[in-house]
Amino acid sequence: MNKYDPRQQDDILGRIAEWRRDGRRIAVATVVKTWGSSPRPVGSQLAIDDSGAMIGSVSGGCIEGAVVREAMQSIQDGQPRMLDFGVSDEQAWEVGLACGGEVKVYVERIEGQ
Amino acid sequence: MKAELFDALMAYREAKSPVAMVTRLEGGEQALVSVDGTEGPLALTDQLVVEARTRMRDDRSGISTDGAHFVHVHNPPLRMIVVGAVHISQMLAPMAALAGYAVTIVDPRASFATEDRFPGVDLSDDWPDEALEALKPDSRTAIVTLTHDPKLDDPALQVALKSDAFYIACLGSKRTHARRLERLREDGFSDRDFARLHGPAGLDIGAVSPAEIAISVLAEMTAVKHGAEPLKAAA
Repeated sequence: MNKYDPRQQDDILGRIAEWRRDGRRIAVATVVKTWGSSPRPVGSQLAIDDSGAMIGSVSGGCIEGAVVREAMQSIQDGQPRMLDFGVSDEQAWEVGLACGGEVKVYVERIEGQ
Repeated sequence: MKAELFDALMAYREAKSPVAMVTRLEGGEQALVSVDGTEGPLALTDQLVVEARTRMRDDRSGISTDGAHFVHVHNPPLRMIVVGAVHISQMLAPMAALAGYAVTIVDPRASFATEDRFPGVDLSDDWPDEALEALKPDSRTAIVTLTHDPKLDDPALQVALKSDAFYIACLGSKRTHARRLERLREDGFSDRDFARLHGPAGLDIGAVSPAEIAISVLAEMTAVKHGAEPLKAAA
């Protein structure tokens, strides 16, 4: 690959495929909408397994903790959920999205075989 | 995400074929939209399929205009293969990299394709047709020939015209290009192939310096990628 590719991203889906082969239970969080100065673009992904291991990112790190909790819930109950983080949201301040941006994150479980 | 849809998504990625995952935000049903088909349990309106394909072309994931779906574009990486490690390539390579292309420069003349002249750029000293066959250009690949030397440019074009490359362009005057088409015609290529061939490469923006010529080529490549032909002045 080119050493000078500013858009090069981690291969989250490839890693998820490996996790699936290992039989792990997985949820994936995807940034679906952003406003303001959110650090990760739409389409960015974070994958989480049932032990809490994670790959990728949906922010500069400020909302990951909350996303991981919801993702592990989603692995348990199978329900997808939409998470909103932002300065307009009281709870978002609690998780510390202090960079001033807002993001909408969709969390879904990857089904097994 | 259903296991079979995940597997289908990975198969498209493996095949380096653009695809979009469409998710209904309420309920989570999903479908894949590829260049020529759809699959999956989510029922898609024609309008949504068209929007998904437009987003694939523009490499722009996002919530659909109906507000009810998320369209996640999974495109193969953009690539640009430049034949000829010449002075215009020295400008074109870093500009294309900034525009998101992974750049490979092909030139069998070892004194041209050096790390000193092209820091951080992938270089190949294979003969252009062999290099292109190995690189397997796909629908997200642009190919630009810049050597002015038929011995190097022509074999590259023979492979390029048989590939899915979205943009194929050759530097050289109108006269040079006319002679190039004659040679390719003798090799069995037709007007239909030539419709994909942009020569002389680049938009007519009065470019003179190598950097300006690189801009004109990159601009034309961008227009072709987004289906913005015929070109209009920006509003």
